[in-house]
Amino acid sequence: MSENTLAPSQLDQRDASWYVDKLVQILMFVGGISAIIFIIGIFVFITKEGLGFLFEGFSFTEFFGSINWRPTSANPTYGALALIVGTASVTGVAMLVAIPFSLGAAVYISEFATGRTKETLKVLVELLAAIPSVVWGFIGMSIMNEFIIEVFDVPIGLNVLNAGIILGLMAAPIMTTIAEDALKAVPDRYREAAEAMGATRWQIIRQVIMPAAKNGLVSAVLLGVGRGFGETMAVLMASGHAINIPTSPFDSVRALTATIAAELGETAQGSEHYGALFALGILLFIITFIINLAADLVVRGIRKK
Amino acid sequence: MVASETRTKVLEVDNLSISYGAKTAMSGLNLDVYENEIFGIIGPANSGKTSFLRAINRMDAFDTNMKVSGSLRFMGTEVSAWRNAYALRRQIGVVFPLPVGLPMSIYDNVAFAAKLRGVKGKAAIDEVVERCLTRAALWDEVKDRLDSLGSQLSGGQQQRLTIARALSQEPTLLMLDEFSIAVDPVTTMRIEDVLKELKKEMTILLVTNLVQQAERLADRTALFLSGSLIEIGETGALFEGQTQDQRTKDYLEGRFG
Repeated sequence: MSENTLAPSQLDQRDASWYVDKLVQILMFVGGISAIIFIIGIFVFITKEGLGFLFEGFSFTEFFGSINWRPTSANPTYGALALIVGTASVTGVAMLVAIPFSLGAAVYISEFATGRTKETLKVLVELLAAIPSVVWGFIGMSIMNEFIIEVFDVPIGLNVLNAGIILGLMAAPIMTTIAEDALKAVPDRYREAAEAMGATRWQIIRQVIMPAAKNGLVSAVLLGVGRGFGETMAVLMASGHAINIPTSPFDSVRALTATIAAELGETAQGSEHYGALFALGILLFIITFIINLAADLVVRGIRKK
Repeated sequence: MVASETRTKVLEVDNLSISYGAKTAMSGLNLDVYENEIFGIIGPANSGKTSFLRAINRMDAFDTNMKVSGSLRFMGTEVSAWRNAYALRRQIGVVFPLPVGLPMSIYDNVAFAAKLRGVKGKAAIDEVVERCLTRAALWDEVKDRLDSLGSQLSGGQQQRLTIARALSQEPTLLMLDEFSIAVDPVTTMRIEDVLKELKKEMTILLVTNLVQQAERLADRTALFLSGSLIEIGETGALFEGQTQDQRTKDYLEGRFG
């Protein structure tokens, strides 16, 4: 028998590399599906905790139609409308701040900056994204608060404007990074072709590059919106945390997330108030899920092309 | 060489050198290109052909590494003296080796350059689009889907779209850089026929890898080799073997290297 020929029994033998291969496969599989398991787990948990409230104390018209969030009063009411409007208004102002800043920064980094300027800016933007939200909240409470009182001559500086600006500055770095990736993905030959035709820098950016990167830019904005809805600490600190339907940017508001963070520790587990906070959680979960899904669908649109 | 001194010179190149950092791409180039001629440039890869084209429409402005020295006059004016490089580029149409359908509709691809040069009104732009696509031998294939994306056309169609786009600039000088690389032979022949027609209206600078293409199209042909000009001559004469330099003869006969 030659050395290279394997006996049938040997063919059936599993060696070390076979086991390693199987082990790695299993580990990868667990790693891969764990994200799904966690998402489902979180959803099940939140729903379970909120379910009791949804079936008993919950009134659809009160929850979405009333601004009276009075969980601790003798006759508690759970109207989340002011909280929803609060979150939405802060996010709206945040986007007004973040979209011009982040798109401008992304265009500058991708199309104008070169060499060391470009590298330095990219590192700085990423550094900016890593600042903890409580630090942003601190800036909102101390610096922005006084600044707004001074400049606009209003009694309270903790309001929609403050939280919106802080949140916008927080969201801008991540949006910049994503938007810059989208612009970078536009092939250089498009730029060269348009340049050779005599288009100016701005004409190239406006008419060739932005349309080509449209989907990436839209998903950058949507992720910024998602960030705005989900952010808790900075909004809690900068918004004034007062239940109110804002009529001007100088009104204080309260956000969905901040309400949960501030009140959950003081409720008895399983109480009606506890369930109501989880109902807010379900609402947030659904909103962020829809925004992320929309971002994902937009990004898929890129690949189709 | 024929007595062409009376003809208008579109390009006058005098001791032109181009370098990228320490690497020299072209040195001591002297040549003139006349109005309404097809001027062929042949030569192997890395001989400085594309760098020469880039110097003409000032693409060095976007490549800080690229240094151009010497004199290069377009329509009698030094290109480096044009304060508005965009206006200079609008007069020079460029077709790249690989087709570049811009990520916009077929219509907009062609209308883009026309709008840049100030054509206004839907009817006028419609007219430019149809005329340029027709001349680039693409109109019949795309006239029913002008709204679809230019980048979704086949390679050969995209290259003709690129040519239509260059034509919509109504350029004084049309520069084609190995345009037939991504185009099938039949389409290549159609485009070559178009170029022969276009010669009546503009000057064409044809950089090509295909010696036979230069023979078919060019009035005069120049051979570039490793960053220097070896020889310029009437194409017919060169291909009949009347060459000054043995390297030209070798290159034309495919016995190079």
